[in-house]
Amino acid sequence: MAARITRAAFLLFPKGRITQMFDYTFQWKQALNRLPQMLDGAMVTMEIAILSMGLGILLAILLTVMRLSGSRPLMAFATTWVEIARNTPALFQIYMAHFGVASFGIHFSPFVSLLIGITFNNAGYLTENFRGALKAIPDTQGRAGRSLGLTQLQAFRHIIMPQMLRISFLPMTNQMVWAILMTSLGVTVGMNSDLYGVTQDLNALTFRTFELFALAGVIFYLITKAITFGGRLIAARLFRY
Amino acid sequence: MFDTALSANDLVFLAKGAGITILVTAISVVIGTLLGILFGVIRVQLGPVLAAPLTFFLDIFRSVPLLIQLVLGNAFVGMVLQLQISGFTVACIVLSLYTSAYCAEIVRGGIDAVPEITRRAARSLGLTWGQDMRYIVLPLATRVALPSWIGLALGVMKDSALVYVVQVTELLKSTQILITRLQEPLFLLLICGAFYFIISFPLARFGGYLEKRWSND
Repeated sequence: MAARITRAAFLLFPKGRITQMFDYTFQWKQALNRLPQMLDGAMVTMEIAILSMGLGILLAILLTVMRLSGSRPLMAFATTWVEIARNTPALFQIYMAHFGVASFGIHFSPFVSLLIGITFNNAGYLTENFRGALKAIPDTQGRAGRSLGLTQLQAFRHIIMPQMLRISFLPMTNQMVWAILMTSLGVTVGMNSDLYGVTQDLNALTFRTFELFALAGVIFYLITKAITFGGRLIAARLFRY
Repeated sequence: MFDTALSANDLVFLAKGAGITILVTAISVVIGTLLGILFGVIRVQLGPVLAAPLTFFLDIFRSVPLLIQLVLGNAFVGMVLQLQISGFTVACIVLSLYTSAYCAEIVRGGIDAVPEITRRAARSLGLTWGQDMRYIVLPLATRVALPSWIGLALGVMKDSALVYVVQVTELLKSTQILITRLQEPLFLLLICGAFYFIISFPLARFGGYLEKRWSND
């Protein structure tokens, strides 16, 4: 039977050389021993995601105002930002924030580069979410505000924006999940204190690649589930009518 | 005024990287979409309770960073199974599953968007399940699903930048190799970014156009 499987595997992977199959002992204990270090990394991951999300929301609101402003240069700026953020890989954006700006003599630490890259990406995607949310708000609301004597900006600030944020709350939790997943890209610019970076360093020490990264995966999974679930709870609590 | 050490050979090197990016994306999107349609239909057919294991399995691919999925896939194949499969194959397998997880969600959304009553009407008229799927659900669901699917395909292309981790030299990795040699990060990164943008932007716009055009009929 085993010989037959081996032969089948040879047929499937003609270039492959099968030394031993399933000759691997999992050593989960080694990975579990490092759990405290990895949880510290998870905290850094959360920190970056939360910071980038907060900054991203502020920037996205700013970009949305620019888009609505009617001034051509401002609209062009916002559109360029959104299209670059949405049409290039997040990894590219982080590279840009690290190696790209180094050409101008600006050297950010990996933490800052990662934060800038993810914030840039978040702001772009969130602006697009906000645009979808704005479509769901009737024009008449803004106009009613204007007729009551609010300025354009006041009408946006007090009437449109709260509804916009409410409608795009669930897409925002999705973006938060993306932000968590994107922090793993920090390792490419030398970040070694986030969950992925810590795991990679531990891997260099112990070579239990599968166990360590599986554990990291489980932590990432739990974090994202907590965010999705927490988001739903908050939404159910805040947005009852 | 503008000096660069970039030679024609380097451009060919970049173009090869771009070719790998497109190849990985194409293979993963095709396999991932087929799998995704299969998973999506199974999920709808079985209902939420029976399909829970499948839902959970697919959910993993959407909740764990792709980088970790690739490293795990590579470690599993290389260290646990001890097969010598190229990084390219591993990248395609992982990205296909990754795509299928998102695609299943899109397919499910598309099928759910077809009114139950329309499908019942089809069945009452004597159409078999297959005919109902083929002539009623497929055309209606495609309208809902295609714009998101285009978005997904572009997303996979952008995410394919991560396959460098399993030793596949795609566009971004080849750019990085050149950066190390030429020390002109900004210029090279701009070329690389422009390439992604030129492919992604028109298709994204096309998807947006389809969405707008097909949404109100």
